[in-house]
Amino acid sequence: MPHPMRGATAITGLGMTPMGRIYGKSATELAADAVRTAIADAGLTKGDIDGLLINPGITGFTGGGISLPLQNYLGMTNLRLLNHMNAAGSTAAQMVQYAALAINAGIARHVVCVFADLPLSEGKSAGGAYGGAARNPGRPQGMAGLAPAAGFFGANTGYALAAQRHMALYGTNHDQLGTIAVGQRKWAGMSPISQMRDPITMEDYHNSRWIIEPLHLLDCCLVSNGAIAVIVSGAEDAVNMPQPPVYIWGMGQGHPGDPARHGFDPETETGARIAAETAYAMAGVGPEDVTQCQLYDCYTYTVLVTLEDYGFCKKGEGGAFVEDGKLGPGGTLPTNTGGGELSGYYMWGMTPLSEAVIQGRGQGGQRQVNNDVILCTGNGGMLSYHACLVLSPNRS
Amino acid sequence: MAEAAAPQKPLPQPDEASEPFFTGAMEGRLMIMRCTACGVARIPSRSHCDNCLSPDFEWEEASGRGTVHTFGVMHQKYHPGFFDELPYNLAVIELEEGPRLSTNLVGVENSAIRVGMPVVVDFQRYDDVALPKFRPA
Ligand SMILES: [Zn+2]
Repeated sequence: MPHPMRGATAITGLGMTPMGRIYGKSATELAADAVRTAIADAGLTKGDIDGLLINPGITGFTGGGISLPLQNYLGMTNLRLLNHMNAAGSTAAQMVQYAALAINAGIARHVVCVFADLPLSEGKSAGGAYGGAARNPGRPQGMAGLAPAAGFFGANTGYALAAQRHMALYGTNHDQLGTIAVGQRKWAGMSPISQMRDPITMEDYHNSRWIIEPLHLLDCCLVSNGAIAVIVSGAEDAVNMPQPPVYIWGMGQGHPGDPARHGFDPETETGARIAAETAYAMAGVGPEDVTQCQLYDCYTYTVLVTLEDYGFCKKGEGGAFVEDGKLGPGGTLPTNTGGGELSGYYMWGMTPLSEAVIQGRGQGGQRQVNNDVILCTGNGGMLSYHACLVLSPNRS
Repeated sequence: MAEAAAPQKPLPQPDEASEPFFTGAMEGRLMIMRCTACGVARIPSRSHCDNCLSPDFEWEEASGRGTVHTFGVMHQKYHPGFFDELPYNLAVIELEEGPRLSTNLVGVENSAIRVGMPVVVDFQRYDDVALPKFRPA
């Protein structure tokens, strides 16, 4: 018996603003642009929308992020589902999950899930936006002050240390991580909406400056302003809507907990493993059935460890798995076909999700690949929060 | 006229919950908390055990020995208090008792640091606070 949620809902609308060094609009205005575009894309009117899920990016923590007032800004009335969500980079996939569950339960019919972020300021560096404790003046209180006192700043730190441990335990090397960066840049060159389209070589990768060893600049994602919205609808509605439906076959989450706890190896065991069990079971597929991956790629390392935890290879073998370039154009497991967060655009979990929708509809142009079974993942915190979707253009 | 002070590192300000840890540090002792219900040790300061949720605990002096769980070398300019030290190392130390601490290694070249390396605590004293750093054992 197929799982009752398999194919019961679909992504029916997609709206994307320009992304990157985009200035002159607030996060709320960008969100409204994305929502308006998504509603039109889905062939709906504002009055058809009865659910709104809202996810700010880093501006949800630093100020100016979108939140519940977005409903009134959009003039949405009498909603049956509304929330502001933030489980970091796993939120986009999570919003779609809660929307699908609500629709399947009859709570709502067409749910907008929107992300908007504005980390970049004109004339300022991208790195500063994610500097974390480095932004705060004065002395941090108590034990929380130990890490900044040791110079631990920003999201890069945790991932650099995670990659280091993987390299030490399993022999993962920079050629392998670099293969991911080079392959994704090739994909980005085929996408008109990607930010970084000039090809890079392995030499460019190795020569790119250190951010935090062992991460080079080209191991790290972009930072972008912009907004993306998707609409989730029931399958019965989806078949009568203008865009090819992208059906939701499976979903899962995994949140492994305190990385500093006993006997836990947070650098190499991510929430993806738990999410994969749930999502594969619901979708009735395994890694051997996945025809393309849209993986959260805040760093090259995130891609590698995520592939391991979804069972494409054994734990520790991610480096050897990717080194033949199978993730890039022409490879056997096309991954992050829009360039991902490394080279495309950084809209947190909306980066893999938007490309999954484009691919699921068959609208990938020259980068379109087999879309029968799409694995789309979101990761947040220091490999702390994970959610995924299994998507397909086929209802069953 | 006073010269402009050099940029300061963001040193922690002990609070009530962490006071035994920082007092111990000034005395050269690495203090941890141990749950008296389940026996699991933890880095201060949490009011409840993250293993069994018991609020009962005792302070305990850790051996100060551990291993490098993982590390990195920072090249990015984040905080002016560290600009003079770039590139500097970042290390996560797994204490013999189990818990892990985010800190730095001293007395070792960055290029010589290895995952799994045995280390021992070495307190770095400032005016009113001391921080547990680690050096090769
Ligand atoms: Zn306990």
